[in-house]
Amino acid sequence: MTKTILTVDDSRTMRDMLMLALKGAGYRVVQAEDGVHGLEVLRAENPDIVITDINMPRMDGFGFIEGMRADPDHKATPVLVLTTESDAAKKQRAREAGATGWIVKPFDPAKLVDAVRRVAA
Amino acid sequence: MSDDPFEAIKVTFFQECSELLGDLETNLLALETGEGDIETINAVFRAVHSVKGGAGAFGLEDLVRFAHVFETLMDELRSGRKECDDVTVKTLLRASDVLADHIAAAQGTGAPVDAARSAGLVAELEVLTHGQATPAVAAAPVVADEDDFGFKPLTLDLADFGAPAELPSLDLPALDLPSLDLPDLAAPSAAALTAGWRIVFRPHPRLYASANDVSLLLRELTRLGQTSVELDASGLPSLEALDAEDAHLIWTIVLTGDVTEAAVRDVFDFVEMDCDLSITALDGGSPSAETALPPLPVLDAAPAEPAFDLAALLAQAKAPVEAAPVAAPAPVAAAPKPVAPAAPAPAAPSPVASAPAAAPSAPAAVAPVTIRVDLDRVDRLINVVGELVIQQAMLAQRVMESGLARSSDIALGLEDLELLTRDIQDSVMAIRAQPVKSVFQRMPRLVREVAEMTGKRVRLVTSGEDTEVDKTVVERLAEPITHMLRNAIDHGLESPEEREAAGKPAEGTVRLAALHRSGRIVIEIADDGKGINRPRVRGIAVDRGLIAEDAVLTDDEVDNLIFLPGFSTAETITDVSGRGVGMDVVRRSIQALGGRISISSNPGKGSTFTLSLPLTLAVLDGMVVSAAGQTLVAPLSAIVESLTPRIEDVHYVGGHDAVIRFREEFVPMVDVGRVMGFRDDATTLTGGVVMIVETEAGSRAALLVDAINGQRQVVIKSLETHYRQVDGVSAATILGDGSVALILDIDALVIAGHRKSNRPELKMAS
Repeated sequence: MTKTILTVDDSRTMRDMLMLALKGAGYRVVQAEDGVHGLEVLRAENPDIVITDINMPRMDGFGFIEGMRADPDHKATPVLVLTTESDAAKKQRAREAGATGWIVKPFDPAKLVDAVRRVAA
Repeated sequence: MSDDPFEAIKVTFFQECSELLGDLETNLLALETGEGDIETINAVFRAVHSVKGGAGAFGLEDLVRFAHVFETLMDELRSGRKECDDVTVKTLLRASDVLADHIAAAQGTGAPVDAARSAGLVAELEVLTHGQATPAVAAAPVVADEDDFGFKPLTLDLADFGAPAELPSLDLPALDLPSLDLPDLAAPSAAALTAGWRIVFRPHPRLYASANDVSLLLRELTRLGQTSVELDASGLPSLEALDAEDAHLIWTIVLTGDVTEAAVRDVFDFVEMDCDLSITALDGGSPSAETALPPLPVLDAAPAEPAFDLAALLAQAKAPVEAAPVAAPAPVAAAPKPVAPAAPAPAAPSPVASAPAAAPSAPAAVAPVTIRVDLDRVDRLINVVGELVIQQAMLAQRVMESGLARSSDIALGLEDLELLTRDIQDSVMAIRAQPVKSVFQRMPRLVREVAEMTGKRVRLVTSGEDTEVDKTVVERLAEPITHMLRNAIDHGLESPEEREAAGKPAEGTVRLAALHRSGRIVIEIADDGKGINRPRVRGIAVDRGLIAEDAVLTDDEVDNLIFLPGFSTAETITDVSGRGVGMDVVRRSIQALGGRISISSNPGKGSTFTLSLPLTLAVLDGMVVSAAGQTLVAPLSAIVESLTPRIEDVHYVGGHDAVIRFREEFVPMVDVGRVMGFRDDATTLTGGVVMIVETEAGSRAALLVDAINGQRQVVIKSLETHYRQVDGVSAATILGDGSVALILDIDALVIAGHRKSNRPELKMAS
């Protein structure tokens, strides 16, 4: 069965890149533009996997993941965080918020898909 | 992946960049005026961050490096570690200019970046960030972390994917049979194996809480080589005491195959902080455990609590949040993801678009919902609506001619149709309309740069950025506005010292405003400088032979002399408003858009330039005239006046070149019917009408036509696309009676008139 991935990113460029890479790998992709929007789409679409950016207007990635984990339906949905920062502090913060893993930008499509595959049941 | 979609995304990236630069400018200006808050700083950070992110994806190294330094300072500001003072904001504004240069250079639309300027700003930003410039190292560890993902995805049989849950079951039977053959891990018989690893792995509750899944980690390991897995469940409390979200299991995996330790560690990359992990080489090499685990009591686990159902336990280990599976034991293989609800209906065509509608309660600025449409489609629609308007007008005329009563149902229905048609036309035109913001946004930078070059202090105040006008008009507005702003600062404003001496604030103000007025857009550029120096303007005009020394001119007329070709008030052409183009060029480009420009000046108080432009180029305000039996349309914007010529005002130069006296001035006459080739013989003047028109170059001519039939809005139809270019004709239109009328190209017509007269220059006759 085709898996659905929700990507949350305020940058149109990044959304297009994610769409291109993930669609090419055979996933169904739904997208949101910030954390608030992300939670709405999350509830509407029940994705299997979520990929989120950190720096976004209205609600950032940390807030989004916390909101997601607070929802019993999405407590166990894997979340990958997109981050340009590779330092331990950022990852730690993401982990504390409940992120499953991370993807360091800039990513190449193969790496992205591989990271997704690693957390996808 | 094919190149095309990637290139398309690159286009999107540059579009997004220009939007981000706009936001950046707006937010920085808000900070400058003190209207900003922490969210403004955040927005600036995000804009720069997004530019950097995208640039990284496309390998635009220079852009990434600059954006990184910019972003680092923004990060300091938003965390409050650094105060956002005036100096900082000014530097950020200049940095945003350089960022724009970098983007333009990366896009290939701009000149290469001024390296010295860029480096200078990098240094300034770093001083603000760290208190001192750091050596060049500061640039971009952006791509650094390759190793994070350095694991090599092995090409494995993909069939593995589909049934991940199979793998725990590989060795599970082992647990049921305590006497299995595995515990010989350390036994010499292992020597028969190729090299490998013994991995002891004890998840913490956090691992599960972050939705990591042990079975997936095990699946990854099987991708690396042969595995056998053992579960130590001895830590499990009795069922009643079990906390479903706690972690009690320890896994031991023996991985055989030619695998590096780094590859094994990579599998645990996401979870290494959330588990105890020891990885030991099988061949007895040095253990690399980071958390020393007590030696595993290998097999005392399984039989400990005969009551519990291992399969259920496993399912539970994978989904610790849900206590239920304990009660409903499921075969391991069948429970890959118990928590995930059924997949959503795949029918939803555009989930993203539909989602916002579901929750309109979103706070703060909700971005307007927009769609992107190919411009061709819009233009086709505009074209068809143009036809509709014409058809409607024709129908109305036919109905009127048929003598139907105005109160008849048909006539009334037609009136409604007319209103609807106009509505449709306005709505369609509105699609092409764009706010002038995109042009106005570029101006603060220009003002900063010109102010810097001229040593003047300038504040730019803009208003009416949301005023909308046709896309083409917006695009062509940038140049004249740029030019006039330069002029206003360079020639209009005084130096700070002069201003203070004159009792004005040292900082000059330039206002740039857009507004709608009677169906046109008006752009005003006003400065509070010294105003036009009329005696000097007059002197220059006399020197250049533009006016007679004894000409009597009103103040207004003197002011408008600056629009004459060849007039330039700057004695030395400056860097700023120089390059040999004067206000005449500005006027010509405005006229090319069907617009008009005027100036009003108040000595000592400043000058105001006013541009007035049509809202659209698809509709034209025209004067319908007839010449030699043909119906023609002259653009209203070119017409100064119309009059019935008196025989005594008309003079002939050299016997046949007619000029007409118009307000103490002789204006060459152009016989439209003859110049257009509708007839050969010269017209008799009697009964004709003359329209005084002004060409784009500012000279006047008198067009002689047979009659003026009225003023009308006409839909412009390109003649070139339907026929070919015709000299003296700019386009065509279809009138209410269905006849085609040509729209006159005034400039070309006047030039053609000169040629026909076979005289290079017309001299006054009398």
